[in-house]
Amino acid sequence: MRIEGYSKARVLLMLLFAIFSTAAGAQTLTLVSWGGSYARSVERAWVEPFMEETGITVRVEDYNGGLAQIRAQVETGNVFWDVVDMSTPDAVRGCDEGMLEFIRLEDLPPAPDGTPASEDFPPGSRSECAGGGIVSSTIVAFNNELFPGEKPSTLEDYFDLEKFPGRRGMRRVPVVNLEFALMADGVPLERVYQTLDTDQGVARAFAKLDTIKDQIVFWEAGAQPPQMLADQEVVMTTAYNGRIFNAQILENQPFTIIWDGQVQETSGLVIVLGTPRLEIAEQFLEFISSSESLAAISKYISYSPTRNSANALVSTHLDTGIDMAPHMPAAEQNMRRALNSDWLWWADNRDEMNERFAVWLAR
Amino acid sequence: MASSLTSRRLRAALLAAPLFVFVSVTFIAPLATMMLRSVYEPVVAESLPETLAALADWDGRELPNEETFRVAGMEFIALNERRALGSVATRVNRLESGMRSTMLGVARELANDPPAGAWREAMIAADEDWAEVSSWLAVRRAGERITPRHYLNALDLDRGAAGEIVAQPEDRRIYVTLLLRTFAISAAITGICLLLAYPVAWLLAHARPSRAGLLLLLVLVPFWTSLLVRTTSWIVLLQNQGVINDLLVVLGILADEQRLSLIYNMTGTIIAMVHVLLPFMILPLYSVMRTIPPRHMQAAASLGGSFWQSFRRVYWPQSLPGVAAGSLLVFIMSIGFYITPALVGGRTGQLISSMIAYHMEQSLNWGLAAALGAILLLLVVLLYLIYSRLVGVDRMSLS
Repeated sequence: MRIEGYSKARVLLMLLFAIFSTAAGAQTLTLVSWGGSYARSVERAWVEPFMEETGITVRVEDYNGGLAQIRAQVETGNVFWDVVDMSTPDAVRGCDEGMLEFIRLEDLPPAPDGTPASEDFPPGSRSECAGGGIVSSTIVAFNNELFPGEKPSTLEDYFDLEKFPGRRGMRRVPVVNLEFALMADGVPLERVYQTLDTDQGVARAFAKLDTIKDQIVFWEAGAQPPQMLADQEVVMTTAYNGRIFNAQILENQPFTIIWDGQVQETSGLVIVLGTPRLEIAEQFLEFISSSESLAAISKYISYSPTRNSANALVSTHLDTGIDMAPHMPAAEQNMRRALNSDWLWWADNRDEMNERFAVWLAR
Repeated sequence: MASSLTSRRLRAALLAAPLFVFVSVTFIAPLATMMLRSVYEPVVAESLPETLAALADWDGRELPNEETFRVAGMEFIALNERRALGSVATRVNRLESGMRSTMLGVARELANDPPAGAWREAMIAADEDWAEVSSWLAVRRAGERITPRHYLNALDLDRGAAGEIVAQPEDRRIYVTLLLRTFAISAAITGICLLLAYPVAWLLAHARPSRAGLLLLLVLVPFWTSLLVRTTSWIVLLQNQGVINDLLVVLGILADEQRLSLIYNMTGTIIAMVHVLLPFMILPLYSVMRTIPPRHMQAAASLGGSFWQSFRRVYWPQSLPGVAAGSLLVFIMSIGFYITPALVGGRTGQLISSMIAYHMEQSLNWGLAAALGAILLLLVVLLYLIYSRLVGVDRMSLS
């Protein structure tokens, strides 16, 4: 359950902390990430080893995405967020607007076999201002208990109220959902963004969403969908695959992920322009961008690393010993129908799509 | 005599000074900045001076001339080297989706391979959108330093090719609907609050002091409880598998599949907001009712009036200042309410505040957020003026 005012209070607290910490010394790095089980994984995979190795203190804060706080900090010249975990479209935009430091791939460590970082990150997968990061996937998941008979198995089933009646959870944003709608409406993967480029294509996506509109319960924070499934508030929901995985593995929830039809997005870590702790921020980025560090996150949550060489290093879940490979978004058997989110398309069309989505919501 | 008056005035001014400074810094200054942001957009104008000068006397029908292409291309490249093109491109992109990559793309491509002569061909070859008149119109419009476009946008209007004001296409009209809905929901909440609060305030004002104290505590404890706690408790109570639905199912009033949708819609917003705002209605009513002597009602009764008659002609008119104060307070607070609708409003229970927050936090279109805020402020001020004409501010009691 996300509580909006809570994050505001946090921001205020952080402000106070920041004032305090600049007085106390510059050796505390502030890392801002997405909260919940994911942030916990970040702490264990990246933050704790980094602190052990360097003796630098890293404080982890939560946020829910967006660039507003960063813009305010950069504009007022009072930067107290040093490193921020950010979705690629946000990073591209922040980079464009000159709020973030450039990260040069030459500065990042090579792969274990010596492949330089510039050849190891898949081309076009990151913003010029981001390092490290993960590949996450938005999938549809359901609660087994609610389907004693036939179980949903495709993305089409999510949109099929006749075959599988009941409420659906959906993130309250157009991104991913417009893609899902077109995919379920029979648009082949490689034509999804071409279709969205036309007015008819967008109308087609919204028309598909219309078919389940009355049954949608909207969520905003990544921690909500597993909760909604557990409470049986919805019969199925879109969700981030890692959150569902953690609910399955750590809480023994009877959830199933439908891998048929997933949308993969990348995220990365960025450095806020003008941070007084630039040097240790860069040190941190370098540390977490190594193939070993990137693979380490998969010991705690089922998100794939962004570097090619790191994929081979994915092993088992640290707490339970489960083999992680089959749970990864990029695992071969899960890739039957996987779409890569086109963050350039979204950077160009996000404002307009958000407006249309808001109109659609209000109608 | 004169000097003592001056010194007294000076002392009064000094006493009021801290408050004055506080209000200026925390209220008037931010408000003024917000108003300024809603009409003043200097970024594009300052970044592309030569391009805009070249576009100033362009007719807007055919593509601009070669010279304009050259100046624009060179300015794009120069800005991109200083990392300043992105924020210009985002602003143009708001007027014409796709312009972000059109501008950044051309700057990148031409910087690697600057054309010797024909800029027009080179730019169109780099991105064919430069052959569209609409791209250039968007650049020119984004370059207006003082602009009404945020206000037009906030009223679901836009400007056509010749600068005339036209309605937005239907699938992009949102703000007027939301404003109207905000007012309708706020009015409904005010009405429900008044209906619920009036009897409670009556009880409070005319009960025995010991019991009145207990009752007042029941009003004040929720009032002192965090807004978030109260809102999230409603989620527990109202949700599909929540306490109220479970109870109705267990009692056999509803079948399991008939559970009521009480939350994540307009019903949820209204229920939770009425609860949150109820004390703001009860307290002004109570403070006014306490000053109405019980003897007035007794006198009316002894003159032969029925309870209803005496209430209508004796009690109600005397309680009006409280009704006015409470209603105004609740109405104005509900217009700007944010957290509660965001948490329990779902799809249909969102107010205009959700869009203001969106433009502040997500789209970073602070100009539009400011325009929406200013319109809201203007409407509230108007409402207040009408109200004070009808009721009279001096008659209102805010306890």
